[in-house]
Amino acid sequence: MKIRSLILLMLSISFFACSDKKGGPPSISIDGSSTVFPVSEAVAEEFMAVNPNVRVTVGESGTGGGFSKFSNGKIDINDASRPIKSKEDSACKANNIAYESFMVAYDGMAIVVHPSNTWCNDITVEELKRLWEPSARDSIMTWNQIRSDWPVEQIRLFGPGTQSGTFDYFTEAIVGTAKECRTDYTASEDDNVLVQGVAADKNAFGYFGLAYYNNNKDKIKAVAVINPKSATPVLPSIETVKNKSYSPLSRPLFIYVTDLALERQEVRDFIQFYIDNCAKLSESVGYVSLSVEELSIEEAKLAKFLEAHPVKTAQ
Amino acid sequence: MRRKEKFIEALLALCAGISVFTTVGILYVLVSESYGFFATVPLSEFLTDDQWTPLFADQHFGVMPLVAGTLLTTVIAIALALPVGLTIAIYLNEYAHPKLRKSVKPALEVLAAIPTVVYGYFALTVVTPFLQQIFPELAGFSALSAGLVMGVMIIPIISSLSEDALFAVPKSLREASYGMGATPFQTSFKVLVPAASSGIIVSVILAISRAVGETMIVAIAAGQQPNLTANPFVPIETITTYIVQVSTGDVERGSLEYKTIFAAGITLFIFTFILNNISFWIKKKFLQKYE
Amino acid sequence: MSEVNWNRIKDRSFKYFGIGCTVFGLSVLVVFLLSIIIQGVARIDWDFITSMPSRFAEKAGILPALIGTLWILVLTAAISIPIGVASGVYLEEYGKKNRFAKFLEINIANLAGVPSIIYGLLGLEIFGRIMAMGGSILAGSCTLALLILPVVIVSTREAIKAVPDTLRQASYGLGASKWQTLSRQVIPASAGGIVTGIILAISRAIGETAPLIVVGALVFVPFVPSGPMDQFTVLPIQIFNWVSRPEKEFGVNAAAAIIILLLVTFVMNGIALYLRNRWQKKIKW
Repeated sequence: MKIRSLILLMLSISFFACSDKKGGPPSISIDGSSTVFPVSEAVAEEFMAVNPNVRVTVGESGTGGGFSKFSNGKIDINDASRPIKSKEDSACKANNIAYESFMVAYDGMAIVVHPSNTWCNDITVEELKRLWEPSARDSIMTWNQIRSDWPVEQIRLFGPGTQSGTFDYFTEAIVGTAKECRTDYTASEDDNVLVQGVAADKNAFGYFGLAYYNNNKDKIKAVAVINPKSATPVLPSIETVKNKSYSPLSRPLFIYVTDLALERQEVRDFIQFYIDNCAKLSESVGYVSLSVEELSIEEAKLAKFLEAHPVKTAQ
Repeated sequence: MRRKEKFIEALLALCAGISVFTTVGILYVLVSESYGFFATVPLSEFLTDDQWTPLFADQHFGVMPLVAGTLLTTVIAIALALPVGLTIAIYLNEYAHPKLRKSVKPALEVLAAIPTVVYGYFALTVVTPFLQQIFPELAGFSALSAGLVMGVMIIPIISSLSEDALFAVPKSLREASYGMGATPFQTSFKVLVPAASSGIIVSVILAISRAVGETMIVAIAAGQQPNLTANPFVPIETITTYIVQVSTGDVERGSLEYKTIFAAGITLFIFTFILNNISFWIKKKFLQKYE
Repeated sequence: MSEVNWNRIKDRSFKYFGIGCTVFGLSVLVVFLLSIIIQGVARIDWDFITSMPSRFAEKAGILPALIGTLWILVLTAAISIPIGVASGVYLEEYGKKNRFAKFLEINIANLAGVPSIIYGLLGLEIFGRIMAMGGSILAGSCTLALLILPVVIVSTREAIKAVPDTLRQASYGLGASKWQTLSRQVIPASAGGIVTGIILAISRAIGETAPLIVVGALVFVPFVPSGPMDQFTVLPIQIFNWVSRPEKEFGVNAAAAIIILLLVTFVMNGIALYLRNRWQKKIKW
């Protein structure tokens, strides 16, 4: 009879809701930036290949969303495409969450145009600023307004949306203040969409992550950025980002770990594995690895912490 | 016996009450967070500023561009889905062979089952280029593309539910109409549709609500450029796209920028509320019950 | 032209218009399915279905996402169908007298229009935090159940409303109680319409992405969930993630995953359809 099945159903649901997960397998929870996600995913996959009894899960709530969970102690590790902000740090302090941070890779930003664009081969930071600053809205509309020998045709701009760390970094590095940007461009959080947009329009001009350029070299053309210090045009590639000649358009990626998590053996092993392997693995997913010196700084940082804080929870 | 009846009635009422719990919950979440927002940004600015740029350095908090985006995509979607959906319902009910009805109706319902993420990418990668051949000035993101695909998605809501409503009209009415020499066309429009109007109108309301609340299709294909415009060829941003953008993004929880989600959300909620009240008023005027 | 002839012309042209619209709806569906199938069908094999996700497109599989989707599907249906149908029955049969019912009616229609992501935020607060379900399958299902409840309620009401009163009166006349009339006459008579509403509602729930992400569904889940309190991911989220990767092979994976998701939906729709056909057949008045 219907009533009986209804009551049975409600009882079983409440039973499920009450049942507790008592002592599952050791697990590590990671969340945060969708930019850093591929790196953490790669590390997690390789780590679990040698440690099959540990469960590592990775979410993609965004750097801000991740920090929110991080400061509440809900996750062990936050993937961050930017350093922690002061408000987020205060939230951690308010909840007694102490943490460590490690740099794990670099992400380069490629400036791209359509392959049949013959005139735009290099660009200066100052020209980029004139093109993208807020006052350019409705006023800088054609190529020749940037450089007089470029054609008198309309520029079509493509770029990441305001939620993207790439956007924050680009605006800070080029315009001077984060989020200061003209508002009349085609925005998307999905870099693949931007690739498509630029590949379809002769007058397109866009910027996005290096990995997306590297995977679509047949469809789009990179523009060399004139390094402000050396005044030479540099094309974006893994090598040029790594040796810092491609500047200023590269940004560091981080992971943040709570000290509480680091009391567990599996997390310590994981972070060690991460730092040991992030050079190789970050490049395998299209990012740029840290230089040898930078890597040894992170290794030392981890070693110092591990020594000062021995394991508290036995496995 | 009486006790059992009362018990059953109470149990059913409890279930209905869950919907109240949902509304209370949603209102609580929306109001408590937007309270903080409106303490900082005056309501007049919220309603009259013509730009929405809370995530840029130069912040504007005018919600009208988002409302315009939502309205534009919804109108396009309904303009497609209502005539097509209703026509299909009438056709399947009165004209088509019963076997055809049995196979076409579920086939169309599949349209409602396709994940909206997939629709979004379909709109972006197939529909937009196709439309660009007809309208060369169409931008890569547009209300037109997203609106049309949304319309396709909600066709089954209107066609299936309306068809069910038409199906439920007593045969006696149909037979009386044919007995007087009416064509299927006349029977459908002068007898059946008015008789089933309650169900049909409800299906349209559900479809409109669905379109207004749709998130992924517009997030992927309509763009992220808040634009106070009625032009379907340019990128716009809807309220729902904005909410998704911010809540899965990099904004700090609790900041003013984060609270804009709730301000936008409550606008949508009020908007839907007004829409529904109008629809209910219309429905009451046309409701007919046949024995 | 005589009145009769004009009517016939209107009738005939409408008939063709009707055929045209139906063909349009179906052809969009066909074009859509074909483009996905062409892109993805080659990728589908037993390995794809039973593998864990991976950053290597050739190794990546959908097992956790598929199982997650099935869990969500079953739980969401189990929660929303009884509550939705019960609410619809109450509102239509018992609640006519008072203003409370009128208020509920508008309230529910309103809820149908709230964007799914707001339900996600609500679910995170209430199920995730306050009821401490965390980012579990149960939290996700409860959230989605709330999301689709209005559709189930509204279509239940309409289906019940369409049952002629004569049926009810006849039942009362034979001495049946209200509940007996409902359970043995009215609800079975309206079952077809109720099932339509359920089909539409659950179809929506299967395809949802955003609210589940907010509630805590993950993107990289290298294990199969074993209970409702486990963490999870679902096919739409996996698809969404794969589509935004730079490597083109992931686009093929996404198309393949879409095919699987559609198959799951078809099977579910098919079962519901079979039931609807069986029940609607009985109605003859």
